[in-house]
Amino acid sequence: MSLIDNLLDYLRGPEKKTAVMAKERLQIILAHERAGRNAATPDYLPALQEELLEVIAKYIHIDRDKLKVQLEKHGEYDVLELNVTLPENQQVL
Amino acid sequence: MAKVIVVTSGKGGVGKTTTSASFASGLAMRGNKTVVIDFDVGLRNLDLIMGCERRVVFDIINVINGDAALSRALIKDKHCDNLFVLPASQTRDKDALSLEGVERIINELKETFDYIVCDSPAGIEHGAFSALYFADEALVVTNPEVSSVRDSDRILGILAAKSKRAVEGLDPVKEHLLVTRYNPSRVAAGEMLSVDDIQEILRIPLLGVIPESESVLQASNSGTPAIHIDKSDVAEAYKDMVARFMGDDVPMRFVAAEKVSLFKRLFGGH
Repeated sequence: MSLIDNLLDYLRGPEKKTAVMAKERLQIILAHERAGRNAATPDYLPALQEELLEVIAKYIHIDRDKLKVQLEKHGEYDVLELNVTLPENQQVL
Repeated sequence: MAKVIVVTSGKGGVGKTTTSASFASGLAMRGNKTVVIDFDVGLRNLDLIMGCERRVVFDIINVINGDAALSRALIKDKHCDNLFVLPASQTRDKDALSLEGVERIINELKETFDYIVCDSPAGIEHGAFSALYFADEALVVTNPEVSSVRDSDRILGILAAKSKRAVEGLDPVKEHLLVTRYNPSRVAAGEMLSVDDIQEILRIPLLGVIPESESVLQASNSGTPAIHIDKSDVAEAYKDMVARFMGDDVPMRFVAAEKVSLFKRLFGGH
């Protein structure tokens, strides 16, 4: 490289460094993967889902797949999320 | 009380065996009775790195199957009196490595040795699992490169969830970060993740930084653990890391790039 090129490079300063990209990409993917790992861990979730279904079935007819039980991590908190989709025409037993 | 330390990483080729050989040698050089076990059944290489490949007669699977006594399978290291190698089997498949068998061997080794170093194979399958299951401490070997950092994170998850200590609810496995193949000038140029970046992402204490170096290949060529290569920065870095592991307060070296002058940057120095 000529003196001019070197001087220009020096004055131009850094472009976006790949190390910075690496760090950002890792932070995003690992936050995602860790959340998945932690959410998958509790083995009581399927049993909890079954029992909830039984309780709900006493009052409302819902399909098995209309009840979702998930454990998510939001920062420092674990959030247990129950999602029950009620049928359009609710039939009270 | 004997300690079991697994050298692990998830990813292959990051320096687990190089580290196992040098770490075990370093512990032995400091007077500790040490044994290093190759868990890479089917692809054994620790024997080559330690330079004892011609002296392998029995291996870990022979001992597990009762074909040979443990004492007959242990190979005395040629550099250190306190160091022994337990080779992996080259012919058997990895399923022969039963957890009960590994436990029996580790318990027997605990009677004689201060440190039991387990050189894990790459991956997260049976061999890697057997290597980490009985660990009290873990050296997580990581290169400053995205796939290595991600795989290390995965291994940390497995240590925290599936090791014996985790399963039995004991104190967790003590984790140490070892960054290998580090190139401070590339870090300074913004082309490589820094030690601080890696530590911030993995969130475990840093035990050492091993610089990228030509002497590692020379060490493996000659069957000499890199810690014995006189005057090399890699040997110094491994000695520092062993000292820290033993509780000494040793400052980090080989993390800063040599300063390049403005003159050199303008006129080119290379």
